[in-house]
Amino acid sequence: MKIVVAIKQVPVRDSQLRIESDQRWIQEDDLGFEINEPDAYALEEALQLKEKHGGEVVALCAGPSRATQTIREALAKGADRAIHIEDDNLRDLDTFGIATLLAGAVKAEKPDLILTGLQSDDLGYGQTGVVLAELLGVPHATIIMQVEVQGGSIQVKRELEGGWFQHIEMPLPAVLTIQSGINKLRYATLMGIKKAKSKEIKSVTPAAAPAATAVLERVYVPQKSKQTQIFEGDAKSAAAKLVEKLKFEVRII
Amino acid sequence: MSGVLVVMEQQAGAWHRMSWETLAAGQQLAEQVGQPLYSAVVGQGVAALAGEAATKKLDKVHAVEHALLKDYTADGFTAALAQLIQAHAPSYVLFPHTYQVRDFAPKLAARFAASLISDVVAFHAGPVFVRQLFQGKLNADIRPAGAGPVFVSVQAGAFRAESLVEGAARVETFAPRLDAAEIRTKPHEPFREAARAVDLGAAELIVSVGRGIKEKDNIPVVEELAKAMGAELAASRPICDNGWLPMERQVGSSGQTVSPKMYMAVGISGAIQHLVGMKGSKTIVAINKDSNAPIFEVADYGIVGDLFEVVPALVEEVKKAKS
Ligand SMILES: Cc1cc2nc3c(=O)[nH]c(=O)nc-3n(C[C@H](O)[C@H](O)[C@H](O)COP(=O)(O)OP(=O)(O)OC[C@H]3O[C@@H](n4cnc5c(N)ncnc54)[C@H](O)[C@@H]3O)c2cc1C
Repeated sequence: MKIVVAIKQVPVRDSQLRIESDQRWIQEDDLGFEINEPDAYALEEALQLKEKHGGEVVALCAGPSRATQTIREALAKGADRAIHIEDDNLRDLDTFGIATLLAGAVKAEKPDLILTGLQSDDLGYGQTGVVLAELLGVPHATIIMQVEVQGGSIQVKRELEGGWFQHIEMPLPAVLTIQSGINKLRYATLMGIKKAKSKEIKSVTPAAAPAATAVLERVYVPQKSKQTQIFEGDAKSAAAKLVEKLKFEVRII
Repeated sequence: MSGVLVVMEQQAGAWHRMSWETLAAGQQLAEQVGQPLYSAVVGQGVAALAGEAATKKLDKVHAVEHALLKDYTADGFTAALAQLIQAHAPSYVLFPHTYQVRDFAPKLAARFAASLISDVVAFHAGPVFVRQLFQGKLNADIRPAGAGPVFVSVQAGAFRAESLVEGAARVETFAPRLDAAEIRTKPHEPFREAARAVDLGAAELIVSVGRGIKEKDNIPVVEELAKAMGAELAASRPICDNGWLPMERQVGSSGQTVSPKMYMAVGISGAIQHLVGMKGSKTIVAINKDSNAPIFEVADYGIVGDLFEVVPALVEEVKKAKS
């Protein structure tokens, strides 16, 4: 079975974010980057499916040149090859535009299954996979916690709200958006890292994409509306003040 | 092209509560842009629900009815709503940002060559829509462009259902043309995993731990605080995903919803999917090393600091206060 996994590179979690002076995005110069967390789970799921059913895993990434690092890591973990839609100005596109580029690359590969994370940790639109399915004309399911292949179709476990789940069947090819926690992530082995060096990364220049219908105009720190009483001082004195508050005013101790 | 269309969500004849919040957002947007307000209820046998929606101030409720819409499928709902939108050409289409909407609204928007402006928390004159980036650490203003319609989904709790204005509207049935062959997914009945041994919903005090705890071996640090306070231990999702605590202790949109007298969030950033599960708590305390963490947006009290210093100090103080 041939699986394409769409992955995105995002700033490292817990980075100190500072806003560009033109307020269009954050300052990227001094940030570290990593694979978007749900995409890491999508990649892992693809690798496990390949181990079970055989086939090939192709990592697909639209991003600037720095994304090569994340692509290499995917190859080191076990992806067979990669396609890099490389452009430093992808930020001018919206998710529909990005999904259009991804769809173009996927079509040429004719995979059985396309996986991606359910949303990105930076923009968080949560729709690239769904739009990709629509553009490819294939069925999809979102927030997936389990994938079972049954010949030419799959059964997946979809997460619903409040601790509920649902099984869904659909024919292949299909697109699934993967939820964090579906599996246990592997680390790249030394051998994997070595092998990755000789694996193919096909760099393609993006085709024309539709202009954004959702234009990011301004990025800013949200105004805090809640008055939080912060207890200052070293750990001990802050803790003492908090406990006093909880004992005498909140009355729960 | 004119009007604001609010797509309300129901499941087996019961409303999703966010439907009313979204209708409230719709009333405000319709007033701002000076256009009529419509809503749509999609399913089979939704006349009674449509009648209920029609008691609010809006111009018309569309009861979108078809036997193939009884169970939700992305294909069925997309096809039905695409036909409704083509027939009535609204300029804005609003959804609650539910798991179901995440599943089909981007597909529907794509049919109109548009992106979904998802998980919106507010809108300003323009209209310009405000949404969060980086799990709530930053905000962004998004301006719609293109031929329309503009597709928007609204974050849980961002608009208040209580602000809904009452009224009286017409109900109109819309019968989409659907063909069983175009529905490619086969959904099974929703289910829960094994019964929960822990009912956090009944807990009076909760100490909840997040990824700030770093590794499994550190869990006893907060466990001890919970014990000292006589509180139930809960967690954010990554803690349960990693198997550091059982799934039944997860608080949030896919876990439990709690409203204890006190909820203490330790090393939890405060992503919206966590907040929806605990923001009804009477008193919220946050312990986080990042003073800009979104959890402080709901916290009554806070300590900005390293939990590995603060939590042991709290254990000391709680024991002292109790003796
Ligand atoms: C469909 C969907 C459903 C979801 N459902 C849920 C759900 O039900 N429940 C849920 O919780 N999440 C859910 N999530 C995940 C959610 O979006 C967040 O990713 C998650 O809540 C983050 O958990 P966290 O706050 O523990 O971790 P992080 O966001 O990584 O935050 C860790 C925090 O710890 C702080 N910290 C780090 N070290 C220290 C230290 N030494 N001392 C003090 N503070 C420290 C950091 O400043 C940071 O604020 C869901 C996501 C999706 C997409």
